[in-house]
Amino acid sequence: MTYTEIGLFSVVAVVICDIYIFRTRLIRRRIFWASYAIIIFFQLVTNGILTGFRIVRYDADAIIGGSTPTNHAPAFIGDGRLVFAPIEDLLFGFSLVLLTLILWVWHGKNGLQRQPVSGPPVAKVAKVLRSK
Amino acid sequence: MSHFAYLSVLAGCLIGTAGLEIFLRTRVYRRAVRLIVTIIPVVVVFTLWDIYAIKSGHWSFDSRYVTGIETVGNVPLDEICFFIVIPICAILTLEAIRSARNWLVGDEEGINE
Repeated sequence: MTYTEIGLFSVVAVVICDIYIFRTRLIRRRIFWASYAIIIFFQLVTNGILTGFRIVRYDADAIIGGSTPTNHAPAFIGDGRLVFAPIEDLLFGFSLVLLTLILWVWHGKNGLQRQPVSGPPVAKVAKVLRSK
Repeated sequence: MSHFAYLSVLAGCLIGTAGLEIFLRTRVYRRAVRLIVTIIPVVVVFTLWDIYAIKSGHWSFDSRYVTGIETVGNVPLDEICFFIVIPICAILTLEAIRSARNWLVGDEEGINE
């Protein structure tokens, strides 16, 4: 299988885990999508470093775009890439993040270290948040 | 130094999110058992994917920028660290929003849905 195929398969698999297997139903909660929106921004930044500097290189046979060039950076955008990284990395990242959060929430639902709960923020931060 | 390029990016992720634990009191590291049992299966699943991808030539690593330490199936130690660090950052993000907004996550006391 190519990276593209495994990436698509993995997204379907974690969504099935979320809805039917662990029944966490995170993809139906705004807190998940708000988290993911923040995460995807930082994913593009950090993954852009890893792929733009060609610390990680990709082969054309596995992805929609071409191979990582040997003598210069890949396209910033275009040729199946977004911020240097193959768009397949978005599928990989989504699966990694959703699977992690499914398991974290599932353990909490089962009563494993539900406490101490998150928050409240320290006073100064809380004040800033309240003023918004 | 450049052998630590990959790990430096991950260190940046941990440093960048550390403030959430301190200032938003996310208490993710405080709940270490829950954190560890969450991350172990994630590391296993994504390392298997990595083994297959490396073996099939989907991706490779510039040996100048990684530690050079290899684990199972030629997976660089750097990658294993990635599968630990990114989940920690993801959980910190979720718990930070919970701290700031009190939005429901689904693991609250008395919630069965």
